[in-house]
Formats: sequence, C-alpha cells, structure tokens
Amino acid sequence: MTVLPLTQPNKRLYITLTIAIIAWFIAYNIVQPLADWISYSALGLARDSHLGESLAFFLYDVPKILLLLSGMVFLISIVRTFFSPERTRALLGGKAEGVGNIFAALLGIVTPFCSCSAVPLFIGFVESGIPLGVTFSFLIAAPTINEVAIILLFGLFGWKVAALYIVSGLTVAIVAGFIIGKLKMEHYVEDFVWQIKSGGQAFEEKMTWADRIERAWDSVKEIVGKVWLYVVIGIAVGAGIHGYVPEDALASVLGKQAWWSVPVAVLIGIPLYSNAAGIVPIVGALIEKGASVGTTLAFMMSVIGLSLPEAVILKRVLKMPLLLTFFAVIAIAIMLTGYLFNWVL
Amino acid sequence: MLTIKVLGSGCANCKRVEQIARKVIEEMALEAEVIKVTEYPDIMKYNIMSTPGLVVNEKVVSSGRIPTPAEVTTWLTDALEKA
Repeated sequence: MTVLPLTQPNKRLYITLTIAIIAWFIAYNIVQPLADWISYSALGLARDSHLGESLAFFLYDVPKILLLLSGMVFLISIVRTFFSPERTRALLGGKAEGVGNIFAALLGIVTPFCSCSAVPLFIGFVESGIPLGVTFSFLIAAPTINEVAIILLFGLFGWKVAALYIVSGLTVAIVAGFIIGKLKMEHYVEDFVWQIKSGGQAFEEKMTWADRIERAWDSVKEIVGKVWLYVVIGIAVGAGIHGYVPEDALASVLGKQAWWSVPVAVLIGIPLYSNAAGIVPIVGALIEKGASVGTTLAFMMSVIGLSLPEAVILKRVLKMPLLLTFFAVIAIAIMLTGYLFNWVL
Repeated sequence: MLTIKVLGSGCANCKRVEQIARKVIEEMALEAEVIKVTEYPDIMKYNIMSTPGLVVNEKVVSSGRIPTPAEVTTWLTDALEKA
C-alpha cells in the first residue's frame, strides 16, 4: 500500500471527509432533542399519549438509523477493500475441514459478497481445492451475517442482540457447512465445475487510500439508496406496534412455550427475501411485545440466509439433491439455534 | 483494434458495465469489439471470483463492481498505447 501523497485532489478528499465526520456527529446528537421537540412542543402532543409516543419514536429512530447505516457502512466498506474473494480463497487454501469451516464463516463476514457472484465464487473455491463443506460455510455466512442486518440490530436493540445474531449466524454456517462436508456429496456438483481450469494469475487490484475512501462512499450511496425506504416503512410499522399493541400480546403465539413457533418462523421466512432492512424494526417490535428472542432470530436468519433467488442462482452448479440438502441443513441449523437461544435466554 | 469483454451471466450490473464500455468507446471514437462472455466455464478462464468483470485485450481490469467511465477511459488509453 502506498502512502497517500498530499496532492490537490487528495487534500480536497480529506477535507470533505473531515467535514462529513463532524457533520455526522452533530446530526447524530441532535436527533433525539429534535424528535422530542417536534412531537411534544411543535405539535403539542401529550407525552404519554399513544400518538405522541409513536411519533417521537419514529422521528428519532429513522434519522438515527439512517445516520448509523451511512456511517457504519462506510467503515465496513473501508475494511472490506482489504478483503477480496481472491484473498479469502488464498487464506482458506490448505485448511482442513473443521478449522476450515470456522475460518470460512469468519471470512464470510468481512469478504465483500453479492449473491449474483455466488456461482463464480463457488467455482473459484472448489476448483482451487477448498473442500465443499468449507465452501458452503462461506456461502452461508456471507449473505446471512450481512452488514445492514447487524447495523440495524445494533442501532435498534444494542450490541448484545447484534452480537447474538452474529454468533448464531456463525454457528449455523459452521455447523451446516461441516455437516454438508461429511455427507460427501461432491458428485452432486454439476460436472462442468470439476472440468474448469482457470488460467493465469488471480486478478488483484492495487488501491490507494483515496480509492478505498471513494469505493466506500460508493457503497454507502448504493446500500443506503437501496434500503432507506424499507427502513422507513419498517420503523413506521414498528412505531405503530410500539404505541398501540399491548405488552405480551404475542407471548402466547411467539413466546418460548410455543414449541412450534420456531419451525413456523423459519418456514415463513424462506419465501420472504431482500427485505432484511425492513424486517429488523418489525422484528424488534415483536420482541418487545413478548415474542421470544430465539424464535425472532431464527425468523430473521431464515429471511436473510435462505433465499429462493439464491437457490435459483446456485442451481447452475448444484444438482437437485445437493441443493435441497443445502437448504434443509441450513433450515434445521437455524431452527436448532432458535431453540438454543430460547432455552438459554 | 481493441477487444473488450464483459464477464457475467447477464445480471443487471453486467449490463451497466457493457453500457459504460460502449459509451466510452463511442466518445473516444475507438475501433473496438465488445464481447459478452456469459458462460461460467469461459468466465472462469479469467480467474475472477466476482462478476461483472471487464477485460481489455485479454487483461482483467476490474471485477465485482461497476467501474466509472473515467476509469474505463484510462484502461482503454493504456491498452491503446501498449498495442
């Protein structure tokens, strides 16, 4: 990595960055007083009224979450410019199963990943000799433990729930990948995959700090642009539930004692996809009203990690029995994690 | 004469890359051929792991993102000088 020379455009970049950081902190700190002022003073709603409470909650949460999202996506994207799929593959090369599964799941968090690239990534991994199970650990962790979900959980419920989600995602990825590896299903990978010999050196990019900053800013625009509407709608629904639905209303349906709630949550989650951003605030409201944490996390992982579009993409390289096993193993691992958290917490 | 290849199995981002490449070629008034590589065995010959990929005269210049027109202009200029 080259040290960034203080050329004119670089100087401008750093000044812009400094101003942006200061503006971010100021904005983040005036959100709460501003939301209270609008709801209770400007609109004159009573502090303990349903409407006042819901509105203040909404006006506080939306800007707070969008600010958090922009700031954290920027930081995470900077980190991710140091991890490419090619580098991850090199790090995983030669690791045995077990240790390999753990590494693959961890690297799945930091490696930039888009499900549209799942196939070249899959081929690139297995072709270089990385075991099938280890490859799957990566392919489960990468989309499931995604930055938007983690940031929203952190912003809305604090670091404990966010950490719990990361731990459950890792557990599911490691265990499911390990089991698939033990099932020895290599012959259910499409034959053409084994015949591919990629030539030459892997592509690697040289990036300056200015490139990294620019790249990170691009992903902020892309991700926030894509999810902001879901976040607003999700928080609006969450705010409505917060103000109007009585406490413990859901305890009997989604609480711990309802054993069937975990599999049902996972099954409902499978067809729901890509609304990860909108689902987190709703999920939060569910927890608040008595749904158990394990059931709720299982639901979230199922929505984010088990997606039909990804199945369609992976169908190009996996024969049906392996594709079904892949889905079934993840679904079971998610359910077990859901039960585990219901039992422990 | 430049040969430009867009690697990717027809995703939305791949189409964006192709559009940008064609636009730059037109602006620079270059003689260039744009080929879409959509089959995975062919894509994997370039040893990339994220699509879309962009290849200029058989050299991979970008992978896994949409490059800016300015970047594409630089790569094409470089390739012209080397050719």
